[in-house]
Amino acid sequence: MKSFTRTIGSFWNSSIGKKILVALTGIALLLFLPAHLAGNLLVFAGPDALNEYGVWLHELGHGTAIWFARLGLLSAFIIHLILTVQLTAANRAARTDYAYPSTVQASRSSRSMMWSGLTILAFIIYHLLHFTLRVGNDYDGESYQTTLPGHQEKVHNVYKMMIDGFSWTPASIFYLIAVTLLCSHLSHGFASVFQTLGVRSSKTSALSGKLGWAYAIIIWLGFVSIPIAIWIFGYGS
Amino acid sequence: MNLTLKVWRQENRKASGRMETYHAKDIPQEASFLEMLDIVNERIISDGGDPIHFDHDCREGICGMCSLTINGIPHGPKRATTTCQLHMRHFQDGETIWIEPFHAKAFPVLKDLIVDRTAFDRVIEAGGFISVRAGSAVDANAIPIPKQDADLAFEAAACIGCGACVAACKNASAMLFVSAKASHLNHLPQGEPEKTRRVLSMVARMDSEGFGNCTNQYECVAVCPKSIPADNIAKLNRDYALATMKEALL
Amino acid sequence: MPLNLHSAIPSGPLNQKWTRHKMESKLINPANKRKFSVIVVGSGLAGGAAAATLSELGYKVKCFCYQDSPRRAHSIAAQGGINAAKNYQNDGDSVFRLFYDTIKGGDFRSREANVHRLAEVSLNIIDQCVAQGVPFAREYGGLLDNRSFGGAQVKRTFYARGQTGQQLLLGCYQALAKEIATGGVQMYPRTEMLDLVVVDDHAKGIIVRNLVTGEVSSHAADAVVLATGGYGNVFYLSTNAKGCNVMAAFRAHKRGAAFANPCYTQIHPTCIPVSGNYQSKLTLMSESLRNDGRIWVPTSQELAERIRAGELRAGDIAEDNRDYYLERKYPSFGNLSPRDIASRSAKEVCDEGRGVAPTGLGVFLDFRDAIQRDGHDAISARYGNLFQMYEKIKGENPYQTPMQIFPAVHYTMGGLWVDYNLMSNVPGLHVAGEANFSDHGANRLGASALMQGLADGYFVLPATIANYLATQTPGSVTAAHPEFKRCENEVNDRVRSMLQIRGDRSVDSFHRELGLLLWDGCGMERSKEGLQDALDRIPEIRDEFWRNVRIPGSGEHLNQELEKAGRVADYLEFAELLCHDALNREESCGGHFRLEHQFSANDPEVKNGVTQPGEAKRHDHKFCHVSAWEHTAAGKKPTLTKESLEFENVELSIRSYR
Repeated sequence: MKSFTRTIGSFWNSSIGKKILVALTGIALLLFLPAHLAGNLLVFAGPDALNEYGVWLHELGHGTAIWFARLGLLSAFIIHLILTVQLTAANRAARTDYAYPSTVQASRSSRSMMWSGLTILAFIIYHLLHFTLRVGNDYDGESYQTTLPGHQEKVHNVYKMMIDGFSWTPASIFYLIAVTLLCSHLSHGFASVFQTLGVRSSKTSALSGKLGWAYAIIIWLGFVSIPIAIWIFGYGS
Repeated sequence: MNLTLKVWRQENRKASGRMETYHAKDIPQEASFLEMLDIVNERIISDGGDPIHFDHDCREGICGMCSLTINGIPHGPKRATTTCQLHMRHFQDGETIWIEPFHAKAFPVLKDLIVDRTAFDRVIEAGGFISVRAGSAVDANAIPIPKQDADLAFEAAACIGCGACVAACKNASAMLFVSAKASHLNHLPQGEPEKTRRVLSMVARMDSEGFGNCTNQYECVAVCPKSIPADNIAKLNRDYALATMKEALL
Repeated sequence: MPLNLHSAIPSGPLNQKWTRHKMESKLINPANKRKFSVIVVGSGLAGGAAAATLSELGYKVKCFCYQDSPRRAHSIAAQGGINAAKNYQNDGDSVFRLFYDTIKGGDFRSREANVHRLAEVSLNIIDQCVAQGVPFAREYGGLLDNRSFGGAQVKRTFYARGQTGQQLLLGCYQALAKEIATGGVQMYPRTEMLDLVVVDDHAKGIIVRNLVTGEVSSHAADAVVLATGGYGNVFYLSTNAKGCNVMAAFRAHKRGAAFANPCYTQIHPTCIPVSGNYQSKLTLMSESLRNDGRIWVPTSQELAERIRAGELRAGDIAEDNRDYYLERKYPSFGNLSPRDIASRSAKEVCDEGRGVAPTGLGVFLDFRDAIQRDGHDAISARYGNLFQMYEKIKGENPYQTPMQIFPAVHYTMGGLWVDYNLMSNVPGLHVAGEANFSDHGANRLGASALMQGLADGYFVLPATIANYLATQTPGSVTAAHPEFKRCENEVNDRVRSMLQIRGDRSVDSFHRELGLLLWDGCGMERSKEGLQDALDRIPEIRDEFWRNVRIPGSGEHLNQELEKAGRVADYLEFAELLCHDALNREESCGGHFRLEHQFSANDPEVKNGVTQPGEAKRHDHKFCHVSAWEHTAAGKKPTLTKESLEFENVELSIRSYR
């Protein structure tokens, strides 16, 4: 047991161990995004579809599933954050700057992971306050209750919340910036997962890079389509 | 050709360094970069100054002693080329060239452009070997090794230990070096018995020497004079995960 | 007084000598081994292997190298391969054949017993290296591949693409790292040996300078091993690394160790020519290029001049105006004639003013016909990496323009005299690898240097050093002995006096001047007049050095000019020894070619077709011996002692590769 904990301890403290955990938590977040997007895109299927989805999500597993998911995501997110901050601090400490800095091939995305990551963090805090905790707005109020076919009680009007939320220009702009940085973050993060988990090789490196971009762009297109439709094209108003 | 050099000068390990300007006049295009510095040094000496100190030895691209970050790129602008094999014809007449040491906290500057790379030796001492006493080996052909494995081992073993990978990395990570050293041995059946121990202790040593972490940007691969592929890093990551599991669970 | 040079060759039949010697050698029990300490200077194949193996055996080892890491020793630059009599190819190789090829390759100027041991041990070396993880080339079946190399008719060379030296050295370095980790070896990188300390006639330690801090310190041990490589850099330009030097060996020589056969120097024919006086180093191109390349110069001086001036290119020269001089002079061997002949012929045509490099010193190595015959792809498959290397250095594409090549100093067969135990005439001082003289005679065959270095380090020294150590009380002499202080003071005085000169000329300018002088007087071709002239000039250069060298800075910090100055100062003395030996050896053999001693058309050997005019002419009745030189005083002629060479198993013949 002692040797077990020691081994795990040195794994947690090692550079590679930390990176593997960053990659694993990254995978959890990478898997969450398409699911989240798929749900959100129901906004284009009309109010009932989206609201139905909201109810389904909250009732799944007698209401426990969403909490498991939230807990899992939160811990993945926190671990991802703590470790990357630790790694970045170690990286800063390890290097000495050049008077004539130069970059040969590292992508802009890869070089701005900490900044894109921190912006995403700020956005997520805002996003949770905005839509999940609903602070500073009345999204929990009467006007955001609605009826849904097949349900006797009133349910939360997710659809209306989304339309109203994105109709506010600053929210949409922040959302667009954050999702764009997320796309950049994902393009490097997706390909890096393969490398860090040791399943990338010269033969697959081009493929993993392309998959990374494809994934990032699909996620970006999906997420930006909603505020653009609502804020610019007035969808749902 | 005539050049302006901006060169990092530093008295010793403790002193703080600065960039100084030198004029390199009438440099033949056929000269190597180090020969250009030789010429500049001859003139500094005849003017009564202290010549620019830099590491070099074989001057044929294999010993890994020469270093220099030239215009921000370790070993200079030409790919797959050590500084000693970089020739002046790759520069323009009248150009200003910035020459700095291989910068990294784990590579302290000893003087001018000379850095201490003994951290690499300590990583090897941690486990970068196969424990076989002289005289105890079986016949060389007793263990056939698939050509593909032998080639992969060779590809990793081509590393000359110059440290350009660390110098180029924005995080001063030594992953390309350490992974090349580990996978050279890990690819071979002879290296199998010590694999777990090797991987764990080399990585632990690498971390304690103060190198940064790999963020998969592959600047190291781009400047590596022997074009060591990043596949080795992936392999080390994998081997490390497996070694940890083996160590923790079995 | 002549030295007492006892070669300690064991009795008995040739193929049993080594086995018998090991059986008769003294042993030290494991508990006692720990009490003995050994200093190893140099960390290349010989030194690194010796340090690692002695530590494995239990001795306490201190290992020193001037590089920043033991992994950078110049053994790393060997390209071609390493010989071993494994006979994996089933092509008739055997220990005896390797022995014979090596003896013959050395022009019958080496010891039979040593060379046979080398051939025997070659088998173990390959096993050892493979077990260490050296990635030798393999066939698809997973077994080791071999190729053939100069001077042999069998495929016995093991190789790792073009970097066999680096791979073997890494194996050796890793073995050393393993022992450093256990504490058995204490490693001192960036540390240079400046003197040998001899106490009561026994080598008991060294004085070193820490090249980073400038600190001079003493290290005592029960025995000292020098594995400090060759002295090729005495010529300034050579294929050696810039730092390679004769200092350790020469310091030992001044303390009483005999220097054997210094005139045996090897000039390699296929190097990239010098392009200007700023040139610092010569790069070797593998000899294998001569398999397909044709060597030529224009027939007339005038055409050569226009090529040098850049008015004409190689392609402009008509077939009739090309002189394929090797094919013309040696129709049977052509471009594949032996190293020394190819080298001398290149010098000859350049001396006639027909050289094609801008400096006049260079000949064409042309692949035009081979490309026409076999196609671009076939040539690229064979020599692609070499062509790339050439292009990197010269900026010319050898597929389109012929390469330019010229001979360069490559390896030195001479070295400190050692007996069968690899011990010099100074008891306790052992010498391994290129630094000793023992195995290659007057000429070294390709792929034999790596073999000898590793044989000495892994197998010979670890077995023979006990013969000396067993006679000693461990730790009997420590660095507190007054002799250490005395030597330290001498070293410090020398450093100080050098720094005080504050003259006008840089160290390199002296080294260059000496190199040119030796290249002319004691290079590929030597003559009495040329050597005499060199012997007259060397003291003048040396005097000027000690009057007029300028070394900036002080000795209390990292000072590369000071390091170079110490090495050049020794070269300026060693050069005389080299010329004395060359002058004394009135014959031509292997790497030593005396103009006065070559076959002419009138010799019976030429008439009956055994050899050709211009070939080296040995004088076995007078010179079948090792010339071991003892130091007298700087500028004074050293004294000569001869160790005669007995050949019981091979017949001395004219070396011919026809």
